[in-house]
Amino acid sequence: MTVTTDAALHERLMALAERRIAAGEVPGPAAADPVNLPMIRHWTDAMGDANPVYTDPEAAAASPHGGIVAPPAMIQVWTMPGVNRKAGQRPTPVDDVLAMLNDEGGYTGVVATNCEQTYHRYVRPGERLFPATRLTGLAGPKRTALGEGYFVTWNVTWYSGDEAVAEMLFRVLKFRPRKPEGPVGDGNAQDGAGREDTRDRTGENAQDGAGENGRDRTRGRAPYPLRPAINGDTAFFWEGVARGELRIQRCGSCGELRHPPGPMCPSCRSTDRGYVVASGEGEVFSYVVHHNPPVPGRRTPFVVAVVQLPEGVRIVGNVVDCAPSEVGIGMPLRVTYRQMDDELTLPLWAPREA
Amino acid sequence: MSSLSGRTAVAGIGATEFSKQSGRSELRLAAEAVLAALDDAGLTPADVDGMVTYTQDTNQEIAVAREAGIGDLSFFSRVHYGGGAACGTVLHAAMAVATGVAETVVCYRAFNERSGRRFGQPDARIGGEPSSQGLEMSWHVPYGLMTPAAWVAMFARRYMHVYGVTSEDFGRVAVAMRRHAATNPAAWFHRRPITLREHQESKWIVEPLHLLDCCQESDGAVALVVTSAERARHLRRSPAVIKAAAQGSGAGQMMMTSYYRDDMTGLPEMGVVGRRLWEQARLGPADVQTAILYDHFTPFVLTQLEELGFCGRGEARDYVADGGIEIDGRLPVNPHGGQLGEAYIHGMNGIAEAVRQIRGTSVNQVAGVHNVLVTAGTGVPTSGLILSAD
Repeated sequence: MTVTTDAALHERLMALAERRIAAGEVPGPAAADPVNLPMIRHWTDAMGDANPVYTDPEAAAASPHGGIVAPPAMIQVWTMPGVNRKAGQRPTPVDDVLAMLNDEGGYTGVVATNCEQTYHRYVRPGERLFPATRLTGLAGPKRTALGEGYFVTWNVTWYSGDEAVAEMLFRVLKFRPRKPEGPVGDGNAQDGAGREDTRDRTGENAQDGAGENGRDRTRGRAPYPLRPAINGDTAFFWEGVARGELRIQRCGSCGELRHPPGPMCPSCRSTDRGYVVASGEGEVFSYVVHHNPPVPGRRTPFVVAVVQLPEGVRIVGNVVDCAPSEVGIGMPLRVTYRQMDDELTLPLWAPREA
Repeated sequence: MSSLSGRTAVAGIGATEFSKQSGRSELRLAAEAVLAALDDAGLTPADVDGMVTYTQDTNQEIAVAREAGIGDLSFFSRVHYGGGAACGTVLHAAMAVATGVAETVVCYRAFNERSGRRFGQPDARIGGEPSSQGLEMSWHVPYGLMTPAAWVAMFARRYMHVYGVTSEDFGRVAVAMRRHAATNPAAWFHRRPITLREHQESKWIVEPLHLLDCCQESDGAVALVVTSAERARHLRRSPAVIKAAAQGSGAGQMMMTSYYRDDMTGLPEMGVVGRRLWEQARLGPADVQTAILYDHFTPFVLTQLEELGFCGRGEARDYVADGGIEIDGRLPVNPHGGQLGEAYIHGMNGIAEAVRQIRGTSVNQVAGVHNVLVTAGTGVPTSGLILSAD
C-alpha cells in the first residue's frame, strides 16, 4: 500500500531509477580468477555437496559432462569482489539508487526479498566470467511489517565471452526501520528465535554489494547446518562450551551428576540444578565411522564416539585429530573445542596420552 | 491370565506390491492395502469402526476411511516411535475390540519410503526444535550422528567389543534373510540370494555396518484387520489369535540413542516386551516354531535372540551360525525374508507373514506352526505379539 512520503525525494528517486533502467546493462569487472577446482572444492566442502562431477576428474570424465563442471549455484562466487571492494571498481546502475534511498531518504534498513537464478549452462574450469548488471525496477513507497520502504530490483547476467551462462533476479527492500516497541533481539537462543532473526537479516550488507554480489554477505563463514536445539534446561551446557568448559549437570539436592541434562533429578526429583566443570578427560566407550550417505556440513569419513567420562557420565562427540582407523574402544581422549560457525562451538575429542 | 490374551484375532491381511517406486500416492497405497485386507477377511468397508496407524504415517485415519468408503469410526489411534509402533497398532486395536470400544479395527502402514521421503537420509531439521525429542537429538545430530544406521552402529560396535562378535556374525543374518527372500515371489530380492563374502565386500555405510547389514528402502503398504476371536471364527479365514500383545520402553529410554544407560549391549525395551508376552501367553521361547524379528539392521537380530530368551547373553553369534535361523534351522527367523529381503514396510509386513505362518499359507511355510513371536522396531520404544492358531 502506498503511503505519503517526501514527494520531492520520491520524484528524484523515480527519475534516477528511470535513467538507470534506460541505460540498460552495465558490464562489471571480470572475475579475479577463472573458474577453478580449488574454489569448487572449498565451496562443495562447505556446502556438503559430495557430487563427484564437481571435484573428481575421473568420475566427471565418465559423466555426461565429460569433465569437471562447476556447481551452478556457485555462479555468484566467481565474480564476488571480496570483503574490501577494490578502489576504482566500476559502479553498477544500482549503487546510486540505493545510496539515495539510504543517505537522503533515511531508508537505512535493507532486507533481501528475492533471489532467482537461472542457469543456461554449466561452466567449466578455465572460463573467466564477467557480470553485467541492469536495474529493472523501483517500487514504493510501501508500508511493510519492517517499516516503510522501496523495493529495488535488478538483474545480473554472467557472461563467458559473449555467451550468457547464468542470470539472477535480485530484489531488496530498503526501509526506514521502525522504532522498537519492546525488547527485541535480546539474543535469547532458548527457542531458536535468535538464529531465525539472524537468518532473516542476512541481506543486511546488500547495499555495499549492489550488483553481482548483492546476496548474503554476512561477515563470517556459512552457518553450520547441524544445530542443537537449546532451551532453559540445556542452555548452561552450551554457554559452558562457548567458554571452553564442559559442564555436567549436578543435582542441587542430592548431588548426582547427569548427562544429558534435564529439568528434574531422576534420583530425588529435585528441580534444583547446578553443574560441575568436567576434567575434560574421557575414553572411547563405543564409536562409529560414518561413510554414507553424505551428511550436511561434514566431510566423510568421520568418527562419532560415546565417550565415558571419569566423572561417571557419558557424552557423544566426534573424535578428531587422528585417522578413523586409529580409534578404538578404551582410547584415551581429551576434550577440544571447535568453532563450527560464528555462533556455534562444539566440544569434540582428541587423542591423549594415557 | 491377562484379560487380553486370546480374546481377539487378526482376521485379514492385505498388501500392495513392494517396490522402489510405487508410482502412486501414499494415501492410495493405504487405501489399496486396507481394501485387500478387508477382502481377505471377507468383510467390507462398512464393517470397519476403528483404525490405527503409526504417528509417522502420513495418511490420516479419516483420509484412508474416506478413500476406502469406511463410514463412522468410533475408535482411532496412533502409535509412536517409528517402526516400534508395528505390533503396537495391533495391541491398540485388540484393546479397543476387547473392551467393546470397536468391533472391527484396521491397522495400516503405507509409504513411499524409497521414492518419497527416505528415513536413511540425514535430515538437518531433526535436532532443530526444542521439543523433548529435538533436545534429545541435539546431543547427537550436531556431531553428524543422525541416521538410523549410525545410531544402531554405535550399539553394534560395543556389542562386538564385549562379546567378541564379528561383522561376519552380522553377515550370517543378512545371508539368511536373503536366502528366505530368494524363494518369496513378493520379496524385492526374490531369486537374489547373497553370500557371506558379498556381505563382507559391500561398502561401508557406517562402520561397523556394511550396506548389506542395512534393510532396504521400499514403497508399499500393509494392512491388518483385527476383530474378536469369536467373530473371526466365522469369517473367511482361520483366525490368527492374538495370544499376547505388548509395548515396551526401558529406564533411561531414548528414541534411538539410549547410550547413557547400562552396557549398551542389550535392548532393555525389548526385554520389557518379551517378559510381558511370555507371561501373557503363558508360553516360552521353546513354544514358538518361527519368529518374526525386526531386522532393519542385522546386529539387533542377534540382540533380540538374547533379550527374548532364545539364547544367553553373547550366545546369539553361535545361535545364528550354521543356518540356525534359516528355514530348516533351530528357529526359522523371518521366513518371508524380513525387511532385509522382502521389503521395509516398518515391520507391518512381518506381522502379515506371521499370520500366513499360522494359517499355513506362507510360500516358505515352516512345519507345524502353532505359535509365532513377532517384534517391532529395535533400539526404539517397541512392541511385540504372539499369534497362535485357534
